[in-house]
Amino acid sequence: MKDTMIDVQDVKFRYDPEQPGYAVDGVSMQVRRGEFVAVLGANGCGKSTLAKHFNAILLPEKGTVLVEDMDTRTEDHLYDIRQKVGMVFQNPDNQIVATIVEEDVAFALENLGVPAPEIRERIDESMKLAGIYEQKDKAPHKLSGGQKQRVAIAGVIAMRPDCLVLDEATAMLDPRGRRQVMKTIRQLREAGISIVAITHYMEEAAQADRVLVMSRGRIVMEGTPEQVFSQTERLHSYHLDVPQAAELRDELVKAGIPMPQNVITPEACAEALYALLAQ
Amino acid sequence: MLRDITIGQHFPGNSILHRCDPRLKLVGTIAYIVVLFVAANPVGIALSIALLALLYSVAKIPFKMILKSLKPIVPVIIFTAVLNLFFLTGETPLFQWWIFTIYPEGVRYAILMAVRVMALIAGTSLLTYTTSPIVLTDAIENLLRPLGKLHFPVHELAMMMTIALRFIPTLIDETEKIMNAQKARGAMLDTGSFVQRVKALVPILIPLFLSAFRRADELAMAMECRCYHGGEGRTRLKVLKFGREDVLCAAALTVLLGIIVCTRFLFA
Repeated sequence: MKDTMIDVQDVKFRYDPEQPGYAVDGVSMQVRRGEFVAVLGANGCGKSTLAKHFNAILLPEKGTVLVEDMDTRTEDHLYDIRQKVGMVFQNPDNQIVATIVEEDVAFALENLGVPAPEIRERIDESMKLAGIYEQKDKAPHKLSGGQKQRVAIAGVIAMRPDCLVLDEATAMLDPRGRRQVMKTIRQLREAGISIVAITHYMEEAAQADRVLVMSRGRIVMEGTPEQVFSQTERLHSYHLDVPQAAELRDELVKAGIPMPQNVITPEACAEALYALLAQ
Repeated sequence: MLRDITIGQHFPGNSILHRCDPRLKLVGTIAYIVVLFVAANPVGIALSIALLALLYSVAKIPFKMILKSLKPIVPVIIFTAVLNLFFLTGETPLFQWWIFTIYPEGVRYAILMAVRVMALIAGTSLLTYTTSPIVLTDAIENLLRPLGKLHFPVHELAMMMTIALRFIPTLIDETEKIMNAQKARGAMLDTGSFVQRVKALVPILIPLFLSAFRRADELAMAMECRCYHGGEGRTRLKVLKFGREDVLCAAALTVLLGIIVCTRFLFA
């Protein structure tokens, strides 16, 4: 099996061909199998537009997007591509189709023409993985935001995708819902699914294998969370925050306390402080 | 206020009526309505009501649910009953005052009609009490399938009904939010003349419409992401099965309705 899941080559895209500005302006990037990539950027930087290229919702004006070597522009592969790259959006209310949780989770499989007994098996599996199996007979509007978003995730992973794209999937959730969804995402990673998370939450991005920062339709920073979040000044110039732990580290360094580099999680920060206190 | 509107009230349970094939229930309900109008005699109507009472008790639906379903149509029943009371003429008047004359035939017909309409409403309510809207949609899709050969968009219609049912609670929530937002800005929704109140609805409906379109757009994209491409080659999670129990129910219902129809000829 090939190591690269999604290969984006010099993609340019604009919503209105008569306008000179591109929403995505020459982006090249790869998503490897099993990898967790976080994409950061201020509003309107083109990160959602880029994400919609991953499963052929949008097609590039210039450049190519390959999903497991299938060009998103070839129509024959459209449903193969959409089955391989699942997508979850921001508002959980607007992506649930059916009036019962399990019916909604089954929606994609019904569309793909999977036989009924296999649908049953696969939706049970994906509902358990997303942690909503107990809610399977409920109506979606009776669930909390975090639960609804996990229903949406279950509906996508029932297709057994190799990659899950989360387009600000936690933006409308309360802290508890966000934690639930992040826990589900960690479980999906363990199951070997690549994750591309577009997010505003630095704490989420800190858990990723790789972080991309976008600004004005281009990728401006790329690296491990430690590499990216230690450049506080530069991130601020793109109108982004850094995780609180990194912010604290910076302030401590400024105050003359010798904190180590690459502190971006609360745990790492606490450890560094313990080490300093012990001295 | 909006919470009181219940569409397709479902009363979950596990009786034989709940488990029964929804297609049978749908056809059975239509048959029951037809029988109500065919059996135009007191014995037939009495038997129809007895049958309904039997079905309600089998389904374990509380009696007060019948009253609840009848409540909204009480004015209609009274209105038609009064009309029937005055407009049917017979030979010997029962009661005469000024220009009003009431004949025994009028009384008889008014009562019969009122009871019949009530049985009709209670009968159709039983269908929605024992069948969830989604299952009912499946049944409609299934029963209309032959029309698909005539290029009637059966799947699309069923999908629209499903989505509508799914979004009713969401949009009700949204309407309440918008109403509160407009009230917070000083909108007078509950006071003023009728015309003023209707005008006050405009700033509620416009944002609601806009948001509904935005939702539709996002939903369409989410459906595309999940490989939706119409009804062609689609399978279903729950396939409707007409089992032994359903055959039994169908037979019992046919016999009972048949007896009721016979009363028309026996007691006419």
